[in-house]
Order: sequence, then structure tokens, then C-alpha cells
Amino acid sequence: MPAHEFTLDDLKRILREGAGADEGVDLDGDITDTDFESLGYESLAMLETGSRIEREFRVTLDDDTLTEARTPRALIEAVNALLVPAEVG
Amino acid sequence: MSESGVRVVVTGLGVVAPNGLGAEAYWAATRKGTSGIGRISRFVPDRYPARLAGEIDGFTAEEHLPGRLLPQTDRMTQLALVAADWAFRDAAVRPSELPEFEMGVITASSSGGFEFGQRELQALWSKGGRYVSAYQSFAWFYAVNSGQISIRNGMRGPSGVVVSDQAGGLDAVAQARRQIRKGTRLVMSGAVDASICPWGWVAQMASNRLSTTHDPERAYLPFDGSAHGHVPGEGGALLVLEELEQARARSADQIYGEIAGYGATLDPRPGSGRPPGLRKAVELALADAGTLPRDIDVVFADGAAILELDRIEAEAINGVFGERTVPVTVPKTMTGRLYSGAAPLDLAAAFLAMRDGVIPPSIGITPSPGHALDLVVGHERTAPVRSALVIARGHGGFNSATVVRAVE
Repeated sequence: MPAHEFTLDDLKRILREGAGADEGVDLDGDITDTDFESLGYESLAMLETGSRIEREFRVTLDDDTLTEARTPRALIEAVNALLVPAEVG
Repeated sequence: MSESGVRVVVTGLGVVAPNGLGAEAYWAATRKGTSGIGRISRFVPDRYPARLAGEIDGFTAEEHLPGRLLPQTDRMTQLALVAADWAFRDAAVRPSELPEFEMGVITASSSGGFEFGQRELQALWSKGGRYVSAYQSFAWFYAVNSGQISIRNGMRGPSGVVVSDQAGGLDAVAQARRQIRKGTRLVMSGAVDASICPWGWVAQMASNRLSTTHDPERAYLPFDGSAHGHVPGEGGALLVLEELEQARARSADQIYGEIAGYGATLDPRPGSGRPPGLRKAVELALADAGTLPRDIDVVFADGAAILELDRIEAEAINGVFGERTVPVTVPKTMTGRLYSGAAPLDLAAAFLAMRDGVIPPSIGITPSPGHALDLVVGHERTAPVRSALVIARGHGGFNSATVVRAVE
């Protein structure tokens, strides 16, 4: 049974576990609309993050989803869009 | 001035060794004959025939490196990054203040990031490809230490990695010297290896050169009649190399000495009947340095601790210097063999020997009279050291030798 919602806390936990955190960035601050790049995460970090989201939430993310979702808000929305049909179905 | 007239010197040392973290801690332990060899603690070694290693204790990567680097680095890379930081600090060089294309990184590697690789391969086999870290793409790789040091310090000049087992530690420094002679301002060079994990262990056992003795004081006995293989260790050293006049112009805090000469050969194929290549490598290094054998104050031997290999090394040394003529030492009796990290660590020891006028001891061995070497055993020997020879051999026939010399 897939989890029903992917939250900002889930994302922060997965970022920390998979790619670590930049000491110069406060992930617990208001980061919803901050670019991942400004948060210190390059494309490989996002690849690892996407892979961990897929594993834990049993979704499949297109390559485009990861490259186009440049902020936590956009990525959370994209992941949740994949989770809703599973819950309904 | 011709390229070969450019003198390349070492101005900074970064050491991570089983018997000391940091150059001064390593050197103090080495002078006293303190060993870092013991029973393996990083995994349970009971089911392996070889159970001893020179492990680095008390290294916590989190205390030294940013959080973003930890999930993407093997232990050997974490140790290398910290050694590089320490070498820069020792040299009083801030890489951020120098042009990025005028600084290079040239390291050696013998195995890559085995511990990281083992973890990810276990994930692959037990759970599937989706569970393999994206960072496995480079974290295991031979060139990863050079790459991560380059990224962390903004060094984009000539860079690379040399893979020739234990000889690689000298081959990398020789390549760094070439690049400085061609105009690169500064090169971080040397090597750090660390693969004390089950996968790394079985790979090393395949050489049939590991000691299976379980007594740390009797396990690794180069040039002893009881020699029966080596104990592996982890760690190494990174060195800041610069051109002499450049180092003087910036009033470098210290100039440890010059990388004065280098020679490398490959052994003939087994059964060819031709002699081993080690003596030639030593002769080439001396000739390159313009140094006579009598001017060498100490030899840091390779010390394979395989009877036949010890005999070949003793014959090479005696062939060049004469029997019992030059002091010979093997400080790796305190660390185990560090693969590509071993020779850079010996270079660091040679420079510190010059600074302090002492030859560090080899420990635990009773020299075999048949080798006819003047081995410095048990206690350090006070002696002026102006020039030293460092020898390193790699599995598969690699022979390298480097002459270092004090700068007047």
C-alpha cells in the first residue's frame, strides 16, 4: 500500500539521508520555494533523492520530473500527483 | 632555465597513518617505534586466515568534512580530503587565493573505494539496482581522491591518478614534478588507500602475500629470516609540491626538501632469465638526482617481507651502495603496507628525518645476516640526513625509486 502523502518533512529527511546537508543552509527554514541548487544539491544529489523517493513511496519518477522540479514545492507536488491515483484506485 | 633545471620542493605534509593522525603525531610515534598494527576492528576477521591490519583509530570524518561530502565518499577519500587540508595548512597555502588552473592534483590509488563499493554491491544483489547509491558512479573509482580534492579546493590544473600498486605513490609524485616543470604552480600529490573491509580483504588475500600470523609483533618481518608476508594497513600522505623559487618568493614557512631524482622500471617476465629491475630503478633515480651512492644518508626500503623479494631488494641496495654501507629502515613495520599510500608516507618520514637529524627505526625484526644490510632496528639513530632514497615496489613488477634532498 503506497503512502498517501509526500511531505516537506519526508523530503528533508530523504535529502539528509541520501545526499547530506550543506552547513551553510538551514533545511528547517522556509525552503519551499528555494531552488535545490541554492540549497546545495546538484544533479547527482537529485538523482539519488529521486531514487530514494521512488523506493520509499513506490512511484516512478520520469527523468523530466526531477530536472523540471527545481524547488521542494514543485517536487512535492509532482510526487503527490503520482500518489493520489494510487490511493483512489 | 630548462625544464629539468626546475627544482621541485615539498612545502606541506598531510599524514593519516595507523600510528598517528597528522604529520607530527605520526612522526613522534614513528621515532619512538610505536606500532599501529593490531587485530582488525572494522569487521570480524575470525573466519579469515589474515586477521591483523594497521588501522587508523580515532578518525571521525564528520569532525573534519562538510555534511554534503559524507554520503558520497568512501573512507579512503575522507582520509585523503583531510590529509590534503592538513598539507595545505602546513604549507600555509590557501588554495582559494591562487588561480585554479595553476594548481593540480595527482594521486595514486591501488584499489579505489572498496568499502563504499561493497556496501552498494550488497544493496544491488540483495535489493536491486534501485537501491544502489547514485554516488557509486564515482565513489569507488581510482581517480576519486584526485577528483574530490580538486573540487573541494578549486584546483583545475593538470590532474590525474596513477595505478601501479605500491610503486604508484612514487610514480604520482614524479608525475607531479613533471607538471610543475612544465609550469604548473602547485600540485597536491601522494596517495591515501584504505580498503580494510571484507571485499578489500579477500582481494588482498589473493596476492598470497598476506601474513597469517596473529601476533602483531611477529606478523610483518621484512629482511628477517622469518619473513612470511605483510600486514596491510590504511592511510598515506599528501604533499604540497611547488617550484623552489616560487616557494621562496612567497616566503614558505618551511621547505622540507627537494624531489631530486626518480627512476622506474618494470621487471622482466617470469622465466625470462633477465635480472629484476629494482637495481636499475635505484640507479636511474640516483643519476636523475645527480647524486652519488655515498651521498645517500638513508634508504627507506620497500620491505615486502617475502624472502625472495627481500633478497632481491637487499641485492639491489648492496649492488649500488655496497654491503652494510648505507643505513636502511622500514618504518612500515609500524603501519603495515599501505599500498599506494606507503611511499608518500615514507617520503614524509624522509623529510622529517632530514629536519630532525634522526633515522626512524624498523621494529620487531631480527635482520637476516644473509641480506648484509645495515638495518636501523628498535631505536632511532641520530645522524645528519641530507639525502634519502625511498623505494617502492608494486605487485606485477613495478619498481620505483625516489631521491629526496635537503635544500640549502
